[in-house]
Amino acid sequence: MNDTVTPVSRHVLQHALRRQRRRNRLALLAGVLLLVAAMTVSGALGVQKLSLATSLRGLLAPVLPSAWLADIPAWQIGLLQQLRLPRIVMAVIAGAGLALAGVAMQGITRNPLVSPYTVGISPAAAFGASLAILSGATNAWSGPYLAVAAAFASAVSCATLVLAFSALRGVSATMLVLGGVGLTYLFSALTASVQFVATEQQLSAIVQWTFGSLNGSTWNEVAIAGGVLLLGAPLLQWHAWALNAFAAGGDDIAASLGFAVGRVRAVVTIVAVMITAAVVSFTGVIGFVGLVAPHIARLLIGGDHRWLLPFSAVVGALLVLLSDMAGRLLFAPVIIPVGIVVAYVGVPLFLHLLLSSRHKTGL
Amino acid sequence: MLNISGLHYRHGNRLILDDVDLQVGAGEIVCLVGPNGAGKSTLLKCVNRILSSQHASMTLDGVSLYDMSRRDLARAVAYVPQHTGSSMSLRVADMIALGRAPHRTWNSSERDRRIALDAIERLNLQALALRSYDELSGGERQRVLLARALVQQGRLLLLDEPTSDLDLYHQLEAMTAAREVADNIAGPRRSGVLIAIHDLGLAARFADRLVMLREGRVVAQGHWREVLTPRHIETVYGVSARVGSDGDIPYVIPLRAS
Repeated sequence: MNDTVTPVSRHVLQHALRRQRRRNRLALLAGVLLLVAAMTVSGALGVQKLSLATSLRGLLAPVLPSAWLADIPAWQIGLLQQLRLPRIVMAVIAGAGLALAGVAMQGITRNPLVSPYTVGISPAAAFGASLAILSGATNAWSGPYLAVAAAFASAVSCATLVLAFSALRGVSATMLVLGGVGLTYLFSALTASVQFVATEQQLSAIVQWTFGSLNGSTWNEVAIAGGVLLLGAPLLQWHAWALNAFAAGGDDIAASLGFAVGRVRAVVTIVAVMITAAVVSFTGVIGFVGLVAPHIARLLIGGDHRWLLPFSAVVGALLVLLSDMAGRLLFAPVIIPVGIVVAYVGVPLFLHLLLSSRHKTGL
Repeated sequence: MLNISGLHYRHGNRLILDDVDLQVGAGEIVCLVGPNGAGKSTLLKCVNRILSSQHASMTLDGVSLYDMSRRDLARAVAYVPQHTGSSMSLRVADMIALGRAPHRTWNSSERDRRIALDAIERLNLQALALRSYDELSGGERQRVLLARALVQQGRLLLLDEPTSDLDLYHQLEAMTAAREVADNIAGPRRSGVLIAIHDLGLAARFADRLVMLREGRVVAQGHWREVLTPRHIETVYGVSARVGSDGDIPYVIPLRAS
């Protein structure tokens, strides 16, 4: 009758679908284990080498009884808890957060070229920080926090512009993306203007900031960025079905499948933007992860957002953590900013995956 | 079932639907025919409230479509668009499962999975189920979208050119599936089916009634023998045609553009 279709019994199909779900679960579990392993190795390596066991115990310190830590010398505990762990955890938060924001933005706009960077948020944060550095108020009493606050405020105002724009009647996803590209250029120009009038010293501080670095991450920063991520991630996961519907056919199809298009778009965009703002305000611009971690995840486990969201977060976290590790170790004691290294690590990996799967993707 | 009266739709200054009245009964297939730009797709989108129409009364089983929540509307009305672009790597099974979105609580239940499997089998999509939707041909995509609409189990099914990319075998398969939905062979109740379609032969063969549109206005409606007259085809399409039937099966042969 119909020779293009191999007859498959219901039982076989059911089994294949179940195996698919199991494979997704295993991939996610493997990713998490790999991430914990990478965190452990990263904690052990540095100018002062520690044993893996020490690193793992230091990592798990908050949940371990203190007796388990008793045999570790105090300086090692200090090194881990004050220097390495905040940095490692911040790398995980930054990578996971930017990747989640990227998946969400790509899904809601149905555009694979979108990332938190392309809707102008990172450039806006850079502008805020450079303005604070220019004002000269970032030393002495305020410490680095004024730059962070300014970056955050600037990122949020850019996000508000994006949101207001997207809420206008008849604004399509493509217009949202193009509007974001416009804002990117605007904020880049503003930053360049600030750089133009800055002193030599300020200029170097601004450039340093825009590199995107995890230097000097503190537990306070981890708590703030991590808090935003912990609030935002479940909200995005809650909208996984809606993101599938947007990816499947855009606003019209999402509406015809019963989703409140305007509300979903607003919630998802706000969450993505807040996570991005919280991350880049502390780390500076780490541009590539939000674009590419979702694609790597998609190539590995497919486009179902129920799995894609958590899996992208793990991929993003691994990407940033491994890049930071490479940046710390390769030319130690010189530390190369993670924002630079992440492209060196991520681009070859990305191109490899892209080319090896070119027959399977619709890109 | 579906009762529309006085439907207008304006895009900018252009009036696309002009005072359309239309009924679709339970168990009935109604085909919308007419030339490009006659307003067929627009009409489907207005019924589904993808486009917001003005000055109309549209009710489904006595309830105004405007008063329904998005979710209730999606439970009652399933829509198959003419085309969708890429799906960002969604698998076919996920694409079809989306039809359960308006019914699900927070995750898919065994029942949802069973309904999706039924639709996959009904349209012989087993071999495609685990592939990425983006890899499929136009015709395969159309069948997947039809399966998603079946899974949605609405009381009203809206199909926009469901056979445009299909070969002969799959054209008949798709239209027969629509007939089954109307007759309730597998579903919970008899449904109404409203189809925008260019193929006059298929339309005449499967529809209980035809509605012929031209420039947003209903020109004729009723049994195909009343609607598909050479005179109507001449005025609406500008084509002279021969209309006949081979036993029960109607055919339309376009002769020349006039």
